[in-house]
Amino acid sequence: MVKKLLKGNEAFAEAAIRAGCEGFFGYPITPSTEFLEHMAKRMPELGRGFVQAESEVAAINMVYGAACTGKRAMTASSSPGISLMMEGISYIAGTEVPAVIVNVMRGGPGLGNIAPSQGDYNQMVKGGGHGDYFPIVLAPASVQEAIDYITLAFDLADKYRSLVFVIVDGNLGQMMEPAELPPMRDLDFITPEWAVDGETEGRERRFLSSIYIDPKDEEVTNIRLLRRKLEIEKNEILYHTEEIDDAEIVIVAFGTAGRVASTAVRQARQEGIKVGLFRPITLSPFPYKEIEKLADQAKSMLVAEMNTGMMLDDVSLSVKGKIPIEFYGRMGGITPFPDEILDEIRRINNSPPTDTDFNAREAWLDRLELIIEGEN
Amino acid sequence: MVSETNNATLVYERPESLTEMPTFYCPGCTHGTAHRLVAEVLDEMGIRETTIGVAPVGCSVFAYNYFNHDYVEAAHGRAPAMATGIKRVLPKKMVYTYQGDGDLASIGMGEIMHAAARGENITVIYLNNAIYGMTGGQMSPTTLPNMKTTSTPLGRDVEVAGYPIRMAEIISNLDAVSYVVRRSLHNPANIRKTKKAVKTAFQTQASGMGFSMVEILSSCPTNWKLSPSKSLEFIEEQMIPVYPIADFKVNPEIKNIKG
Ligand SMILES: Cc1ncc(C[n+]2csc(CCOP(=O)(O)OP(=O)(O)O)c2C)c(N)n1
Repeated sequence: MVKKLLKGNEAFAEAAIRAGCEGFFGYPITPSTEFLEHMAKRMPELGRGFVQAESEVAAINMVYGAACTGKRAMTASSSPGISLMMEGISYIAGTEVPAVIVNVMRGGPGLGNIAPSQGDYNQMVKGGGHGDYFPIVLAPASVQEAIDYITLAFDLADKYRSLVFVIVDGNLGQMMEPAELPPMRDLDFITPEWAVDGETEGRERRFLSSIYIDPKDEEVTNIRLLRRKLEIEKNEILYHTEEIDDAEIVIVAFGTAGRVASTAVRQARQEGIKVGLFRPITLSPFPYKEIEKLADQAKSMLVAEMNTGMMLDDVSLSVKGKIPIEFYGRMGGITPFPDEILDEIRRINNSPPTDTDFNAREAWLDRLELIIEGEN
Repeated sequence: MVSETNNATLVYERPESLTEMPTFYCPGCTHGTAHRLVAEVLDEMGIRETTIGVAPVGCSVFAYNYFNHDYVEAAHGRAPAMATGIKRVLPKKMVYTYQGDGDLASIGMGEIMHAAARGENITVIYLNNAIYGMTGGQMSPTTLPNMKTTSTPLGRDVEVAGYPIRMAEIISNLDAVSYVVRRSLHNPANIRKTKKAVKTAFQTQASGMGFSMVEILSSCPTNWKLSPSKSLEFIEEQMIPVYPIADFKVNPEIKNIKG
């Protein structure tokens, strides 16, 4: 098959359809709306379930219901909508049914704006809903990757009876890029043995719930979820590296920030700077060990994000104080230019940091103020 | 289950659609009666094996323990959304929610209104006992004026807490709904009428005619602080004047499907 010029959100939606999604339930919100619009057109023509719900609260509970039947079900939304879904997300996690949720992140908090952001990192990666649970979080950096990882998301969701978030930002949702869609897969899934599918003939009734009224039973469930998380950590960590083998400076960045950093790395290499990129693709499970290994080899790290340094904390946990970590982020819906990262690389290369115990955020804020002044 | 003894004819037994599990409902609570009616209807229609129930949050949160067919348990108020999700991917299955008044008329107001407005082909069994039973007797949207609850200790003051919400009437105004009636469980005659309505509601769904809801006036002796028999009187004397027993919307086609 040949690559075609595809629009992010539409391509993601089509990828979900081809992965066998049989129920889509959503509510319009920029910058994810084209996802819903594509589903509105395609799902009914394929005889599959589609509802424009009255709210994200309803949408996620429709996903919950459809997921309980063992069918592949999903929603797509953007930050404020995802916040509203947190109740249902927690119930889905507690019931251990598979579901895929795409978050096309935008600037926040609050109503914020509709510009691209990575400000939902903590909400997505650390939970967001109530109780102890561990979603899988995939962070693609191109339209093609998003297509591929949405397909993977459904497989992982089924394999681990887990929630899988695919998080992108408005850049990816809105951009057009050459990409290739997978073929349509047959809906020949075997109904899982836990599914509440209303086929009770010849079997015991089934029920699905997130209630464990006896704390002992809830603890058993918590342990099961934790063990599953550990298994996922063992099996499913994904990341992408560039120019990493001899890198003295390692940039850690995900999604769009990772893509911007990649351009900066290429330019810096042309200037002879030994810099490489580590781009986590699974933000949960997070590649702690892989980043720790890099800390044994590199002299410093630079974390670049489109937020106030949410992943920075996870990178710090990985590095364990072995080498200095610097931070560069843009917020509020602003995407950094490659030049901004390049300048940071040059700065670090010219005067390599040695202190492992300094406040990377404070230092960054001082630099950022000058940068913003220069832009105005 | 004993079905035969010498010279005895079996006249009453547990419907197959109920499990053997003894219910945890308080003495005199009508949730058990409503469960039985639904179960009898599922048995009579022969749809036990193809029906999926959606339990609410409220006293009937464990409905799935008592019903002998497939069940899921929703978040508080979200049962109609969950039922929608199920029905849209399994349109041939019978799907119903079982909800209380706090669940349906307060926290779940959005979900019930829009499921009805879409004409979602599901059945809603709505138990209105005018109080939050499970959390110990707080005011619900259907609490009667001046009625004492733990959160209206001086009685529901309509000046600050507003008036009861009549869900059957409100929902019957939506174009897409096919069957919306109110019934009551305060005496055997009304219980029989309730069962008939429950059956019609399920038949409405079975024939693909869209949204059906039976609002059922129910008792909560524990939180009303009345004896079981006084509670039934309370339904008749206090609730029915506010919540009249009536058919609010009956799609004319329904006559035909019943044959
Ligand atoms: C989000 C949320 N808010 C509040 C509660 C607490 N809660 C449980 S049941 C209930 C009220 C149920 O009342 P109703 O629907 O009238 O049913 P009943 O118990 O009277 O049968 C409340 C407020 C909850 N479980 N979840």
